Amino acid sequence: MDNLSLKKMANNVRKGIIESVHAAKAGHPGGSLSAADVFTFLYFEEMNVDPKNPEDPLRDRFVLSKGHTVPGQYAALAYRGFFPVEELMTLRKVGSRLQGHPSLGLPGIDMATGSLGQGISAAVGMALAGKMDNASYRVYTLLGDGELEEGQVWEAAMFAGAHNLDNLCVMVDNNNLQIDGTLEEVCSPYPIDKKFEAFNFKVINADAHDFDDIRRAFKEARETKGMPVCIIFKSIKGKGVSYMENNGEWHGKAPGDDLFKTAMDELNAMGEELEKEGDR
Amino acid sequence: MADMKATREGYGEALLELGNELQSVVVMDADLAGATRTGVFKKAFPDRFFNAGIAEANMMGIAAGLSLSGKIPFVSSFAMFATGRAYEQVRNSIGYPHLNVKICASHAGITVGEDGASHQCIEDISLMRGIPGMVVISPADVVEAKAATKAAAYYKGPVYIRYGRSNVPVINDRDDYKFEIGKGTLIKEGKDVTIVATGICVDSSIKAAEALKSEGIDAEVINISTIKPLDTEIILKSAKKTKKVVTVEEHSIIGGLGSAVCEFLSENYPVKVLRVGIKDVFGESGSAAALFEKYGLDSKGVTKAVKEFLS
Repeated sequence: MDNLSLKKMANNVRKGIIESVHAAKAGHPGGSLSAADVFTFLYFEEMNVDPKNPEDPLRDRFVLSKGHTVPGQYAALAYRGFFPVEELMTLRKVGSRLQGHPSLGLPGIDMATGSLGQGISAAVGMALAGKMDNASYRVYTLLGDGELEEGQVWEAAMFAGAHNLDNLCVMVDNNNLQIDGTLEEVCSPYPIDKKFEAFNFKVINADAHDFDDIRRAFKEARETKGMPVCIIFKSIKGKGVSYMENNGEWHGKAPGDDLFKTAMDELNAMGEELEKEGDR
Repeated sequence: MADMKATREGYGEALLELGNELQSVVVMDADLAGATRTGVFKKAFPDRFFNAGIAEANMMGIAAGLSLSGKIPFVSSFAMFATGRAYEQVRNSIGYPHLNVKICASHAGITVGEDGASHQCIEDISLMRGIPGMVVISPADVVEAKAATKAAAYYKGPVYIRYGRSNVPVINDRDDYKFEIGKGTLIKEGKDVTIVATGICVDSSIKAAEALKSEGIDAEVINISTIKPLDTEIILKSAKKTKKVVTVEEHSIIGGLGSAVCEFLSENYPVKVLRVGIKDVFGESGSAAALFEKYGLDSKGVTKAVKEFLS
């Protein structure tokens, strides 16, 4: 998929995030939006997945360790054809397959997550199984930067590094904001790169909102042999909705009707601009 | 005198057989392979053994990932760390997605002995029983420990099994012994009182029943090796007959077998129940035998408790 198509799709994913979170009257838009371009690239370009065969043993796996930003993953899965786009509007409602945090039972969800620090361990287990079976699949897991404060992340990193799991791609959504403030204000996990390097990871830095850079980072990750990879994606929390950008307030709340309209107007305008870009 | 063997030996023996029977069995430990007996599997199947290091939380998550990739992981540590340290990982990464992971923990209860209270887990049954869909097994002896481990491998879903450190009498070495998840065993018939025991307290309960006999008390003894799902049928039948129930376990009286039996009987056939176990206190250092005696879990303690309960 070319960059323009990716941008258009990422814009759809952003709209899906805002619409579903608004309909649910709850959810985590900030970190979903910061990872929207990465979700889009993973499902439309990077990962070997088939919506018609979501349980394929040979598929690439994805574990959303920062499970609260699942509205972004749901939107990407829906647009990729894993389930109907309309189902996004059932997010967080009783009886829905779209639980507030990822839960098994929805096509495309490879692991139940939500309690921070745990997803990466499951991803390490999947990568280990892949090595045992000489399977070709790769395992991707996305972590929040605040999530790095969980000790379990470093237990998992130690194991992955010690076992040279080069089929594992850890990604950090580095938007620098967590619930109680900036990472530095809360309890700084920086330097993130040096920490992963110390655990025998190849570290790649990339811009989370530049598809050329995202493409370069994943290519470099795939070409890395003998050690696991960590891509640190520098991102903007709330990216794409002006009043949510770099504003920690939008970590975990839904916009009311007025702000919902503002957000959708902005995203629709962006959509039109991207259409025009295509016409040029 | 009966043979003496620790239940953890049964775990190691079962793993060896399972390694040959099921290629998908993978074993993990957290730097306690010698003590938990996963070491015997490691030696025989080095390619299917992984040491997580002293990182129990991560071990549970890796096990979840292995099971999602078609493996049958058996993960081991001491009960304290497997169910305590890593409780939330077991709950959220294994229990909630209902994954096919076997959590096999040794050194449960106060018979850990000299290491003292920090290592004597008396809350594991309670913790694991509260997780929806988790099977909880507490084998009575080495024979049952081996049979339960093998049964767990062929059952699909999360299972917790607790094993002990100390040597305990072998009571199930008979040809017709059979283990089935969720089935209790009537060990001795009686009419005056029902003793429902689990784990290594089954032996002290059998001996207590013998002592009670000489004092004119005819006790029925039931071994409940699967605490969840509970064999309610065998308990109800006996309670209807004796109208008095004593539970015996090497675990806190809060949340374990005694609680499970009370929960069932109070809703279905209320009779008076005495819970023999660790009475809401921490353990301490000492030999296993001395601790068993001090905390009233040996045959003398059980005999005394039953007599007081009946008088």
